[in-house]
Amino acid sequence: MPTSTSKYQYVDCDPDKCIGCQLCEYVCSYTKTGEYNSYRSRIRTVRVDEVLITAIACRTCENAPCVRACPKDALDQDPKTGIIHVDTTKCDACAWCVEACDFGAISMNPATKLAEMCDQCEELEEGPQCVKWCPKEALFITTPDQRAQKSRRELIKEEIIGTKTAG
Amino acid sequence: MYGYHGKVLHIDLKEKKHWVEQKPEDWYKKYIGGVSMATRLCWENIKPGCDAYSPDNPVCIANGIFAGTPVPVGGKYGLASKSPMTGFIGDSLSGSWFAIALKRAGWDAVVIHDISDNWVNIFIDDDRVEFRDATSLLGKGTYETEEAIRELLHDDQVRSATIGPSGENMVRYANVTNDGRQAGRTGHGAVWGSKKLKAVSVRGTHGIAVADPDTLMKLSFNITKEAQGPHTSKYRILGTSTNVLNMNKLGLLPTRNYSEGVFEGAEMVSGEYLHEHHAVKTIACAQCPIACEQMSMVKSGPYEGAMTGIEYECLFANGPNLGISDLNYVIKLISVADHSGMDAMSMGITISWAMETYERKIFTSEDFKCNSHPDGFPLNFGDGESAVFVAEMIRDREGIGALLSEGTRIASQTIDKERGTETWKWAMQSKGLEPAGYDARGLKTFALGSSVGTRGPCHNRSAAYDVDIQGVVDRFKVDETRGEHAKDSEEYAAVYDTLPLCKFIRRCFTGKADRAGAWPTIGQLINATTGWDLKYEDIDAIGSRAVTIKKAFNIREGWKRSDDSLPWRWMHDPMTKGPSAGYVTTEEELEYMKDLYYKAKGWTKEGLIPKENLIQLGMEDVADQIGV
Repeated sequence: MPTSTSKYQYVDCDPDKCIGCQLCEYVCSYTKTGEYNSYRSRIRTVRVDEVLITAIACRTCENAPCVRACPKDALDQDPKTGIIHVDTTKCDACAWCVEACDFGAISMNPATKLAEMCDQCEELEEGPQCVKWCPKEALFITTPDQRAQKSRRELIKEEIIGTKTAG
Repeated sequence: MYGYHGKVLHIDLKEKKHWVEQKPEDWYKKYIGGVSMATRLCWENIKPGCDAYSPDNPVCIANGIFAGTPVPVGGKYGLASKSPMTGFIGDSLSGSWFAIALKRAGWDAVVIHDISDNWVNIFIDDDRVEFRDATSLLGKGTYETEEAIRELLHDDQVRSATIGPSGENMVRYANVTNDGRQAGRTGHGAVWGSKKLKAVSVRGTHGIAVADPDTLMKLSFNITKEAQGPHTSKYRILGTSTNVLNMNKLGLLPTRNYSEGVFEGAEMVSGEYLHEHHAVKTIACAQCPIACEQMSMVKSGPYEGAMTGIEYECLFANGPNLGISDLNYVIKLISVADHSGMDAMSMGITISWAMETYERKIFTSEDFKCNSHPDGFPLNFGDGESAVFVAEMIRDREGIGALLSEGTRIASQTIDKERGTETWKWAMQSKGLEPAGYDARGLKTFALGSSVGTRGPCHNRSAAYDVDIQGVVDRFKVDETRGEHAKDSEEYAAVYDTLPLCKFIRRCFTGKADRAGAWPTIGQLINATTGWDLKYEDIDAIGSRAVTIKKAFNIREGWKRSDDSLPWRWMHDPMTKGPSAGYVTTEEELEYMKDLYYKAKGWTKEGLIPKENLIQLGMEDVADQIGV
């Protein structure tokens, strides 16, 4: 699986905790569109088999491939947060960004004909609504650095103490 | 209209055509969704008296009012047809993505008529209906079929309800599976098989709007968080399998074809043992924040890799009930049932009937001849390996598997006719359906609830064991309160089965599961979704109407008082060990309790429904047909 090269934070999911309930999708689509519709969610649960379940949203890649792929320069990455913004006057629904994304985190809105991806609910004070709602605390905000630190700690615990504690 | 689309989709398999029926708001207010609406559609669309496998028996799918919204555990649908097991209403529920996809596709319900000439996969693509050839899907298991359809349609958001090989072979207790969940009981898979209907697939791309989203979001958020606390810990941590030890302690754990209620190997098949040695992951239905499904795996030995979700009912039926104390066999047996799409409860109880029949020397090894065992094999209690062979023979209808695939009622009647025996006395069934894993000899109120159940004896449709186990009444005695208790329990459950909401959420509204604890919040959820103004008593009416339409269906199919019965063993053959030893429900006790129940319902002594009773519930057209 490709890994994010980001220095920015993004919404991640712990597949050991994710139960596949999809509440994140309802909450996301409701927050963004006022309707409940998984097809309009910017975070997507993925159930590969009976037990391999997780959720994926924009990873805020550094030097993001979607931004580079856009022939209309409609995508723009915030240098502070890494969040990708879509210029609604430029996007023409060509979907090159969708193809460029290694994470499958971009979708095209059939109604507005615009590319959509997670913006971490940046306009809301309490932050990403999916993280707030997740019943199992499987969703969290992280950066690749923080992920690596966590992995190292877990590895040591597992190898030395013999128990896997978190996740 | 919020919460509904106002449309029922009718599909004709023979003519390969479809049409749309508009339903008025008043119809939705009465029948809501789930089992009540599915049964109502069955009432409207079946030819009374038809055989369950005939073209005149429709498949009725009714969605839930909350499917596709954030209301926790509301992603469920009801499925109804005339049951090939009972000849009466077969109503089942299943959860997860399928219901939600159907809601987003714009349909409140789907009615599938007649029989297809060739195997078919119906694809409901929003408002388009496609009849896809299903030949390439034949023989595939339930999970495999769903995956194959997603690949064929190049869309992993397509959700399917399918049958497996058991349904194709018309195992009478075959079921319908979607997203790893089953509409498990009463033989829907066999009905689908009779119609050459391999799968119904749905892609729904539309958003769902509700009347008062702010209120709905606030209520749902609170319930979601409450569902992470002590009110659901039983389900979240060990799942329902935790019942094994509880039931054993009460002497109610069906053991060796219900001959006893305590099992010496209970520790080894307990929810605790399962969790420690076989758990892989706990997963949820879509829209559920609880997650009760304990995905469990065989980790070594000949069945290594066998995996499925394990819950109490399937566990008791294929563990203690077969005298098996090794979970590796139990998981394998349930996985054979789940992957091939059959009811693991009826399967386990049919195998236990065969085991007892073998131990009583009516069956011999020769009866179990098959391709892999040309000389047959013995089938003693506790023999897990042989049980797995039998399960596979049932799935394939191979050898004696064909007989056992008919369930205990038909299998015992056939053998008794052939051999002049009385195996029907240990055929654990009432109305043709095998019962739940709560031995009703030590639960008198539940004995009543099981006997009067419209789909047969069922722990999901009647939780009358609650008053017995909680000590509200003396569980070993009969008294004049039992009719009311059975009525209350059945109608309470029917509210959840009609919305439908999974009952595991019942304590998360206020901490109290009773009507006073749950109805006010449930009312708010319905009103915020639909914009209606339902009151406390309207919620009560949802439950009584659901039970009434199911009973009305049965009456029209020829139900009579004597059909409300119990397995012979529960009435004549007491257990010898444990705290429930020595008890049965006598015929006199049962008939007395039935009188009380019919009276509490306002029905006649013969169990028929007076016209005024039906008119009061707004069911005038039903009154015209079956009211007295």
